[in-house]
Amino acid sequence: MTVTDRTAAARDAGVGVSLVDLRRTYGSLHALDGLSLDIAPGEMVVLLGPSGCGKTTALRILAGLDHADAGSVIVGGQDMTRVPANRRDMGMVFQAYSLFPHMTVRDNVAFGLRLRGQDRARRLERCREMLDLVGLSDLEGRYAHQLSGGQQQRVALARALAVEPSALLLDEPLSALDAKVRVQLREEIRRVQVDVGTTTLFVTHDQEEALAVADRVGVMNAGRLDQIASPVELYARPATRFVAEFVGLSNRVPARVEGGRAVLLGTRVPLLEGSETSGRGWALVRPESVHVGEEGEPNARVVSVAFLGPFSRVQCRLADGQVMVAQLPSSTAVHLAQDAPVRVEVRAESVLVVPE
Amino acid sequence: MRADATRGSIAWRVVRAVALLAFAVFFLVPLLSMADFSTRVVGGTGRTAQPWENLVQDPMLRSSIVTSLLLALLTTVLMLVLLTPTMIWVRLRVPAASRLVEFLCLLPLTVPPLVIVVGISNVYAWVSYLLGNSPLTLTFAYVVLVLPYAYRSLDAALGSINVVTLAEAARSLGAGWTTVIVRVVLPNIWPGVTSAAFVAVALVLGEYTFASLLNFETLPYVIGLLGKSDAPTSTAASLAVLVLASLLLVALTFVGRDNRRESRRDKPSRGALT
Ligand SMILES: Nc1ncnc2c1ncn2[C@@H]1O[C@H](COP(=O)(O)OP(=O)(O)O)[C@@H](O)[C@H]1O
Ligand SMILES: [Mg+2]
Repeated sequence: MTVTDRTAAARDAGVGVSLVDLRRTYGSLHALDGLSLDIAPGEMVVLLGPSGCGKTTALRILAGLDHADAGSVIVGGQDMTRVPANRRDMGMVFQAYSLFPHMTVRDNVAFGLRLRGQDRARRLERCREMLDLVGLSDLEGRYAHQLSGGQQQRVALARALAVEPSALLLDEPLSALDAKVRVQLREEIRRVQVDVGTTTLFVTHDQEEALAVADRVGVMNAGRLDQIASPVELYARPATRFVAEFVGLSNRVPARVEGGRAVLLGTRVPLLEGSETSGRGWALVRPESVHVGEEGEPNARVVSVAFLGPFSRVQCRLADGQVMVAQLPSSTAVHLAQDAPVRVEVRAESVLVVPE
Repeated sequence: MRADATRGSIAWRVVRAVALLAFAVFFLVPLLSMADFSTRVVGGTGRTAQPWENLVQDPMLRSSIVTSLLLALLTTVLMLVLLTPTMIWVRLRVPAASRLVEFLCLLPLTVPPLVIVVGISNVYAWVSYLLGNSPLTLTFAYVVLVLPYAYRSLDAALGSINVVTLAEAARSLGAGWTTVIVRVVLPNIWPGVTSAAFVAVALVLGEYTFASLLNFETLPYVIGLLGKSDAPTSTAASLAVLVLASLLLVALTFVGRDNRRESRRDKPSRGALT
């Protein structure tokens, strides 16, 4: 689902958020090195990047829990750079479990409402509504230690959304959970976010998670944004080598650039923007763009076949020793025996060629 | 298998009972002997309640009891008021200072009481000049004395919860710093606060060195004096202090146990629910 096909009501709930040229240093380390980001009202942007690239720092500066050395934070058209955290009206879900241990689920969710002076009846009603939204209405009276990790994070989500924040901030909310719950909960977070239409910034180092839930994914590298685009765009047209290698798997294949095309493994492939324009380089090729077949003249041997359900991952060694990873439908891959001679071809629409 | 488990648990129960009994004897025999001695008629036969009546009738003893209870109260309150917010604040805002605070708080442990008293008597010349010569001025010395122990229990309590994340969650929901400390942090470190208070009370009710060297008539000091002239009364007073402290300790244990029982009651099997 994209921003455009949301209901008008949900879209109205969100406000725009802008981070403008944020800088933050810790000693000599540049945690944020000129980060700029615009989030449209009601949009869900995921910041994706390796650990230590500054994602948490960016989120905390937006929340007011940390301060930037330079740059500004604009929420709904207002400059919030100097506003303390408790007046920013941000809903936050943390990586670590953060429910107040001495309060029941109900009191946790109602905490922000109580601080805003809402009366008991309104609080209880809102609480029910929020717990319904995350599917935990029957656990109102429990304490945090009586909940599983996934349940705790759902309550944290309900608590953050109860106060109708101007933006929802999630800092790797799923990283402490096991794989199955993680997938389930990320879809639920997305559903809830679309439902309430709150502008959302979600931070993660897991590219699959990012691609699955985002309207747009911003890939961060060493304190700056390398590329921000829709998941499809990001995957098909990575703008930099870092993005191509961090998002999804890539083979590096020696290539020559000639007449605006890359020549690799005997085929000519159109170039992506940002590629080298001449000479030699590495072409970054997705495993699903690598074709492995038994027809034609063999140019490689099968090293291994890993069965992954509907798809299999096949490693082949070319004559020059280079190993290529291909992703094939399992129905094709079952015919490939280890060490069998095969023909490997690149069948990509376009590739990124980076300097050697 | 099942029989083994049952046998194991029976053996375990026996061990527990024996251990409990041993401890009971170890603690109760001295107490009972004190009770016995404090109700005996000196140089005669029969029982007397005179030493116990002395606790409230003897003016010096009575005033020393009041002094010591007031000292315990003041010391506890002053210590908690100074230490608790400081330690929370250091955890939340200036973690770099935590080493320094720890060092300062543990310092009194490393200096022998006698040395402290020698140093502190100079300070007390000023204290008594400014605040009068009330034994309650001992509060200041006692706060310092209690500091290391109180620090330890508060530090353990703060370490057992994720103070920083809880505070940040509360702040992002709109809580100011006072609300964060009073409504979020304090309730979660309450066991640490109560045990710090208990240690303070116990320490003040048993402190002798400072009081005697600075010449203030606190209960332990008077018990020491009486020990030379009226042993049964001094024993009765000691026993009273011991019983009071034990009652406090038992009360504390019950506070802790209540929580644990509640958490055991309807804990779901982890992982089954998500
Ligand atoms: N309080 C801090 N003191 C010193 N360095 C810090 C602090 N917080 C973060 N950093 C450093 O800043 C960089 C970015 O951190 P962070 O934003 O937490 O990264 P991420 O969330 O992407 O893993 C890291 O190299 C980290 O070590
Ligand atoms: Mg992080």
